[in-house]
Amino acid sequence: MSANIVLIIVITSLATYISRFLGAFTSEIIDENTKIYRWFNYLAYSTLAALISRMIIFPAGALSDSNYLSRFIVVLLAIIIFKLTRNNLVYPTLFSAIIMFLLSSFTI
Amino acid sequence: MINSKYFFKGILCAKEFDSPAIALGLSFLAIGALLKNLGFTIQESIFSTFLTYALPGSLVMAESILIGVSLLNLFFAVWLVNARLYPMTVSLMPLLKHQSQPRWKYYLSCHFVAVSSWLILKNNYKDIEKKYRVDFWIGIGTATWLIAIFSTILGYYSADFLNREMMIGLAIINPIYFTCTMIGVMKSIQLNVSIILGAILGPLFYLISPDWCILIGGFIAGTVAFVIGEKNVS
Repeated sequence: MSANIVLIIVITSLATYISRFLGAFTSEIIDENTKIYRWFNYLAYSTLAALISRMIIFPAGALSDSNYLSRFIVVLLAIIIFKLTRNNLVYPTLFSAIIMFLLSSFTI
Repeated sequence: MINSKYFFKGILCAKEFDSPAIALGLSFLAIGALLKNLGFTIQESIFSTFLTYALPGSLVMAESILIGVSLLNLFFAVWLVNARLYPMTVSLMPLLKHQSQPRWKYYLSCHFVAVSSWLILKNNYKDIEKKYRVDFWIGIGTATWLIAIFSTILGYYSADFLNREMMIGLAIINPIYFTCTMIGVMKSIQLNVSIILGAILGPLFYLISPDWCILIGGFIAGTVAFVIGEKNVS
């Protein structure tokens, strides 16, 4: 293994573990029936929603090679499939990959 | 040590038909292929998922390698994108706490906090006796973590067979899965506000600060949802 890449991986994992560790530490003084717990619960959902929409609108990695319209169509179709299949998560997930693949194959 | 009955119950949760494990596996398949294209060896790819186990963080790491940022910049970029794990852990651990359980279990198992495992636990914890929830959680975490590691290996070896369009198809799976999950949990005014407002504010703040957009957008949306919730209660 290259020392440089190992160092990069260690730095990445430390930067990731810090948030998890601090979360575990903070939760030692928080009870699930308190106001602060409820606040953190909403914060968890909202930061997650912020991350997901950022991943779709301003993507990184391979997804940044696709265009806005393709992503918008895929998200819309996935939500429709999700609702039509009574909130089944597997169908929209798999269909979205297939639709995205097809749209990427036929558009630049 | 760990109650095996609840540990395996947790492991089995990951194999259900609509488990987040499917999206997780396919997403890490793409990560495995991406790491190979970046020049990682198979050992380094496994080591990366083993230690990091967070998809956006791995993507930031890959981008940073491509553009060649300093280690300090890499640390802050990953920390910011993964800072969502802090409120996620705080909202999860109190559900698992029991006085009879040792503290090391919580500090060790917090490594398993990721969107997929978090969602599995949130959907199933009420059926588990509180004393054994941490063992159940360790089972869920172990299963999803192993799925991520094996998918990275699979992705690494299938990289040569995946073209650009296939990689794009795989990359959309994770955001779509979590979008649908978020829509599925929108069952109260507070959750609706936190999710919709978070989804709007995240990209909006990206235009001002790409590094801080998730934290600022999430903080404002979650706080507004909390205030609305408290007003409703009172």
